[in-house]
Amino acid sequence: MALTVYVDGERHRALPGQTVAALLLATGRRSWRTTRLGGRPRGIFCGIGVCYDCLVVVNGLPDVRACRRELCDGDRVETQRGARLPTEELPPEPRVPRTDGDGTDQGARPGEPVRDADGVA
Amino acid sequence: MSAPSHIAAPLTAPPLVVVVGAGPAGARAALSAARCGARVALVDSGERIGGQYHRQPAVAGKAVAGGPDASAAHPLELAVATQPRIAHLPRTTVWALEPLPEPGPAPGRHLVHVQQGPADDRGRPVRTLAADALVLCTGAFDRALPFPGWELPGVVTAGAAQALARGQRTAVGGRVVVSGTGPFLLPVALALPEVGARVLGVYEAGNPARWLRSPAAALRDGGPGRVAELGSYAAGLARHRVPYRTRHAVVAAHGRDRVEAVTVARLDAGWHPVAGSEQRIGPVDAVCVGYGFTPQLELPLAAGCAVRGGHVAVDARQATTVPGVYAAGELTGVAGAPAAAAEGELAGLAAVADLADLADLADLAERPWAAEAAAHLAPPSPARLAAAASRVRSGRRFARALARAHPVPGGWRGWLREDTLVCRCEEVSYGELRDAVAARGADGMRALKLTCRAGLGACQGRVCGRNTAELAAALLGAPVADPHAMDRRPLAHPVRLGDLAEPPPID
Repeated sequence: MALTVYVDGERHRALPGQTVAALLLATGRRSWRTTRLGGRPRGIFCGIGVCYDCLVVVNGLPDVRACRRELCDGDRVETQRGARLPTEELPPEPRVPRTDGDGTDQGARPGEPVRDADGVA
Repeated sequence: MSAPSHIAAPLTAPPLVVVVGAGPAGARAALSAARCGARVALVDSGERIGGQYHRQPAVAGKAVAGGPDASAAHPLELAVATQPRIAHLPRTTVWALEPLPEPGPAPGRHLVHVQQGPADDRGRPVRTLAADALVLCTGAFDRALPFPGWELPGVVTAGAAQALARGQRTAVGGRVVVSGTGPFLLPVALALPEVGARVLGVYEAGNPARWLRSPAAALRDGGPGRVAELGSYAAGLARHRVPYRTRHAVVAAHGRDRVEAVTVARLDAGWHPVAGSEQRIGPVDAVCVGYGFTPQLELPLAAGCAVRGGHVAVDARQATTVPGVYAAGELTGVAGAPAAAAEGELAGLAAVADLADLADLADLAERPWAAEAAAHLAPPSPARLAAAASRVRSGRRFARALARAHPVPGGWRGWLREDTLVCRCEEVSYGELRDAVAARGADGMRALKLTCRAGLGACQGRVCGRNTAELAAALLGAPVADPHAMDRRPLAHPVRLGDLAEPPPID
């Protein structure tokens, strides 16, 4: 059973057990955070939760290790720019909240953005 | 933090052995302790039993070669699940450890503060386990040496590539270069093609010593299983047409916002790049590096265990220098999964044997609980302990041979430029580190942290600690006095402040 998650507002399918980092890599991203001082891009590095380089914002909460966090249905993942304070507010509504006609996401494989009928992600 | 007084009350029997880490060492330790009558809490940050060695696929699908079958659980996982005295606590991190004060000696009794729930989430419930004995099996992580461009996205550790391939069936890139030292690079290079990546080359910085090429030496140190394993890697590399070159390493990564190419150089015996041997390889979109492993020392150090040669010092039955605290697996040396499992088995047996012995000690009046606790235990016979100890010895021999065959000589320091980052978290360059030592008098790890911020970031010096210590020692002309200062982490993992507001229940 696939999960529906959002990456910077774009809807994606994910698999149960899939980590945030695996999904982000599958979407073609190599970086999803910028550093606090130099504003430089970072992505996955150690892959086992040691280095804290792959931090990402999940459901409004910053500093979540993408390599350790498994996705849940409805999760909203955002890239993290510099240092961020936690916010109680969820990120803005996803741009593509609605599903296709029968309520399922058709055709998209895990990691691929789900596209609406007009082809706009 | 001081312990509430009621914690020192007599135990609920049988005694509780807390095992931290559920890789081959931890899982075996839990099983052997539980089978001897102890209650066991098996704490692990992952979802499934197996750790990094027996990584279980988290995502369903076709199995990756060399990795576990997707549908079948690892035998260790089944054994743990069916052992009623083991409580497996998955997705659980130990964030602090404190010795349990009580009147009279209380060897091994510690409060283990844990948090359980989705990684780094808000509101992960905090609880505390009162351990009568501790078995630490927290493992190790890849050591990455710094080089220009190593902070570019796409440069990852070999362990990251392996975890993604085996656990997530995801390739870290499409065109990948592997560089580092040690036989553990080989299974990584073989897992990558299984998930669709093309491995352009494996660059082994060392010159795998005679014993790896000599069947007689490998048989003596590793046994027939290891020889067969190494042979299968060689065959796999040939099958996938992966070039394997020794005395070569990636010494620079290039790209603007992600890695696009690398420079590979030939190295001399001291790992200094040979002038004129540099060769640019590209395009690449991922580089996997691994220069051996660094043990996760914060919990052993918090318990007060002595560290020797970078590893937790243990005796012939896995006991650390702190009574009641045992260590097994990569904490004590790196020799692969079978060796870790053998150490775990012995550590679990020794923990129970020592708990049972407490009841025989003279000061029973001070510890009435010990006799009651011991009544539940069926401690292993001396013969069984001896047999387990003998299985451990061959693994230790292999660990020593492996370490000898894959040293990390200091020539890598010559790969650095002025602006090469040494601390990734705080973005501290080699130039800044050198100035802190040369111009600002920083002469140790703590001083470096305070003068140039190296090791002060979110990873708490895990990634840069060893490299920084070696760089500082080279600049000072003498070893730093406090090489493990960065490994002392009173908070073993970052904890969200709000989660500490609630007082934890004690189990």
